[in-house]
Amino acid sequence: MNKIKTILRGKFFFIFGPFIFLWLLRYIIPNYTISSKTPHWAYIPPKSCLGGCGSIDGLVPFVDWTNALIQFLRKYEIFGLFTFRDFTRGIANYVDKFLDFTEAVLHKGFPSYDVGPLPWIFILTLTIILGFYLRGWRLALLGGTCFSYLILFSKRGIWELSMKSLAAISVSAPLAALIGLCLGILAVKRKRFANFLWPMLNILQSLPHFSYLILVVIFVGIGTKAGVIATVIFAFPPMARLTILGLQNISQEIKEAGIMAGCTKWQMLFKVEIPAARSPIMLGVNQVIMQCLAMIVIAAFIGQPGLGHDLLIRLQGLRLGEAFEIGVAVVLIAITLDRYSQALALKEPERREGNFLKRHPYLCTSIFSIIICTFLVFIFPFFNEYPKEYTISASVYLDNGIKSFTRSLFVPLGIFRDWMLIYFLMPLKSIFQSMPWTGVILFVGAIGWKLGKIRLALTVMLFVFFIASSGYWVRAMITVYMVFASLVICALIGIPLGIWASKKESRTKIVLNICDIFQTFPSFIYLLPAIMLFQISDVSAIFAIVIYSSIPMVRYTVFGLRNVPQQIIEASITSGCTERQLLWKVKMPLAFPEIILGANQTLMFALFMVMIAGFIGTVDLSQEIFRALSFSDGGKGLIIGLCVAFIGLTADRLLVEWSSQMKSKLGFKV
Amino acid sequence: MNKEVKISCKNIWKLYGETPEKFLKNTNNNPTTEEIKQNNYIPAVRDASIDVNTGEILVIMGLSGSGKSTLLRCMSKLIEPTHGQVFFEGNDLLKASEKELIDIRRHKMGMVFQHFALLPHRTVLQNVAFPLEVQGQEIQKREERAKDVIKLVGLEGREKYYPRELSGGQQQRVGLARSLAVEPDVWFLDEPFSALDPLIRKEMQNEFLRLQSMLKKTIVFITHDFDEAIRLADRIAIMYEGLIVQVGTPEELITKPATDYVAEFTKDIPRSKLLNAESIMNEKDKKPYENTVNYSDKIEKIASKVLKSESIFSVVDDNKEVIGSVSKKELIKALFAEDKNE
Ligand SMILES: Nc1ncnc2c1ncn2[C@@H]1O[C@H](COP(=O)(O)OP(=O)(O)OP(=O)(O)O)[C@@H](O)[C@H]1O
Ligand SMILES: [Mg+2]
Repeated sequence: MNKIKTILRGKFFFIFGPFIFLWLLRYIIPNYTISSKTPHWAYIPPKSCLGGCGSIDGLVPFVDWTNALIQFLRKYEIFGLFTFRDFTRGIANYVDKFLDFTEAVLHKGFPSYDVGPLPWIFILTLTIILGFYLRGWRLALLGGTCFSYLILFSKRGIWELSMKSLAAISVSAPLAALIGLCLGILAVKRKRFANFLWPMLNILQSLPHFSYLILVVIFVGIGTKAGVIATVIFAFPPMARLTILGLQNISQEIKEAGIMAGCTKWQMLFKVEIPAARSPIMLGVNQVIMQCLAMIVIAAFIGQPGLGHDLLIRLQGLRLGEAFEIGVAVVLIAITLDRYSQALALKEPERREGNFLKRHPYLCTSIFSIIICTFLVFIFPFFNEYPKEYTISASVYLDNGIKSFTRSLFVPLGIFRDWMLIYFLMPLKSIFQSMPWTGVILFVGAIGWKLGKIRLALTVMLFVFFIASSGYWVRAMITVYMVFASLVICALIGIPLGIWASKKESRTKIVLNICDIFQTFPSFIYLLPAIMLFQISDVSAIFAIVIYSSIPMVRYTVFGLRNVPQQIIEASITSGCTERQLLWKVKMPLAFPEIILGANQTLMFALFMVMIAGFIGTVDLSQEIFRALSFSDGGKGLIIGLCVAFIGLTADRLLVEWSSQMKSKLGFKV
Repeated sequence: MNKEVKISCKNIWKLYGETPEKFLKNTNNNPTTEEIKQNNYIPAVRDASIDVNTGEILVIMGLSGSGKSTLLRCMSKLIEPTHGQVFFEGNDLLKASEKELIDIRRHKMGMVFQHFALLPHRTVLQNVAFPLEVQGQEIQKREERAKDVIKLVGLEGREKYYPRELSGGQQQRVGLARSLAVEPDVWFLDEPFSALDPLIRKEMQNEFLRLQSMLKKTIVFITHDFDEAIRLADRIAIMYEGLIVQVGTPEELITKPATDYVAEFTKDIPRSKLLNAESIMNEKDKKPYENTVNYSDKIEKIASKVLKSESIFSVVDDNKEVIGSVSKKELIKALFAEDKNE
């Protein structure tokens, strides 16, 4: 017990030390105000004219350099034959071929053969049968509900939109999974490639989506295929990661069994390793699908039609009822695809004996129902195309409902919003805006140093220096402020909720399930209630961020508390701890490292959501990225993206290191 | 006796650490314990030389971490030794090409693992047929063979089961069947029964002896259970911190321990099961007494007879010639051997 206390005390001391230093700096450097035209160099990095004073005003003209590189790639001809851009466009055309096919199957049909798209009845029936096969009637019910909703509420074309989105996903998800799988395998087999791949994955995953988009626009263009390529780039890293983990975690014995059976290298890979790691690999596929779904709204920014595109337009026009209807469709599809792919990942092969019918019941049912459906489709046009007059739409009622709801809450919500702004957000913002970059570099360096790793200290200092010298310091600090404010609120909500949930098995289950469901929502969905309740302001942005990023906080708190070894709890109870003492003196200190990891995840989620929230007009880095997107300024987009990534990576490095050190001091295995 | 040597290990070293090859070279392939420790190397196997004879069961014993598994894996080249040579049927295994190795493993070696190492996505039948499958045998032929071996280990009727549907003992039977499917000459078993309950372990040992009496393989068997070793072994090799401290028959280990460590190790064994009349008899007393016992009778068998009677028993060989005598005194001395040290 004492040991834990001393550790905590030590940490708190060194956390606050640099902060105090930071504030002292304020008094050492004279004549500083935020608004002054030429602030002291120690506060805001000076501008320089290294790159010939282009559009950019950073200390180091990264943006100009990047743009020059992009220009070079666009123009320079490899072997004098084709440019890099020709190359990427060539790949995109291949992708387009697949897209043509899936689009034809799902919504365009094959006019040259006089064949229409797949009738809805097929999709619905096969989804239900697949649900039964994968897990049972509950899953089948979920799938059935989802597609029934899409059909029923199709007054404004939700069915067609969904099919467009699904057509894009059914190209991007397999492609991303395949790329991820191959890279993962390569990384496991070639150590040197792994050393290269791992940091790449880290950066790729912490870059905000919008910075890719600009590059994709430059090198591929716009439209569905561009959307698919952006989606693939964004979705393959988790697959690669899980493949690597899966292959590395195969038990040594199983590999040896393969070798002793006399497997060649390829036999090893395809007959032993991949099948033995199939669960993590399939979870990777699940992740890929979820990322693809998260991208359907974002890809709409570069002209990919589908649900995302319409959702975006409705959000922009503040037509919340219609947006809500589409939002529900997106959420239902997300949950369905998530549960289906999860079930697939966890499915164990089953033993069935007997004749063909008994051994392959689902296959037989499928064939049978396909035959029936075909008849139905030919006889009744109803089953071919669901008639518009039977569709419904609730958007008018929803609109009215939302309006009267917000009207009735207008006053209290307004008061709450203003109170938040005046007493919490504004003061916090001004604190962050007045932080000198020199001080912040020293601060993160001090933490890295204190954690005992010179390399760590130098890395994070370099990250911060990059941000400072790129010319977006002030904006970056606004981003940091938004993330920090959200983190504080998330902790205030998430930790107590986690404590409450961890008290009973049943509560834990419910709360974790809710977390699961919330996590499957594509991020843009969270903007809906935020706009509904708080219109467009910092508060609504933070509201959206908070609901999205509280999830890991709750999850990790529950996990940490429930993972306290049973013996320790029993020992404390027998030594006479009350419930409260048990929580605060035993469980919380032991769960603390896990909670820190939760905070880290929350931070990453928040950073991700901040970028999305730029859509409703915040003034931080995300706004700059949106601006870069509309001007197709690839260099700017990429550099700002890197700034965001480095904010994330700085926090991540420090928090993870801190947590793992604490864990090893508490005697947990890291 | 002129036995044919199947596998021969010569001065095997396996060190874990930064640059073990260089370190061994610098120390003339003979570093002391001190040197190894000082340079932060983990000695898994040290200077091990051992021959495995055709048709014998060689049991390797030792505490956890003493290097048993590592030595076994060096014999099949699952692990490359840092230094030393391994001859398999007279050929240097370490110089064999990848292709030759695959060939040897496909036809001459079988291995059974502590945690069964079954492929979870395959049925029992497919698991057993796996080594044949990678050789490229046709499906019918290999499944026929697999069915035969499954029958041999007594799992008939479970062919379509998946490993997770079987108990530990049954899973290990599948492991045995898989390793036997290719009719290997050499059978490696790395603690095959230690993940099982004591009762099932006994059962599996009997199963193993039954199979061996039919198949007559050359076997290297690892265990850290001395009872198991005594039941199964023709010879036992005892390892201690990477060194092979003694190789010999079970009786030799007990009656003539090479080091204090071996003596300590063998102290708690039920001697009555292991020692025979010859090994405890008084060789000087060759008088013919009225009662006799055969020289190869285990103490277990003669104990109650001798202890109940006050008289001395003659020990006779197969030709009924008296070669010594046993009395209560010898018996007690043998049964409670640890008292000798005090
Ligand atoms: N890959 C490795 N890296 C470092 N050390 C290793 C490695 N493999 C084995 N060792 C060490 O070599 C020593 C011998 O290991 P080995 O697995 O051969 O022991 P063992 O006798 O089979 O033990 P057990 O009864 O637990 O299976 C141990 O001290 C182990 O820590
Ligand atoms: Mg072992």
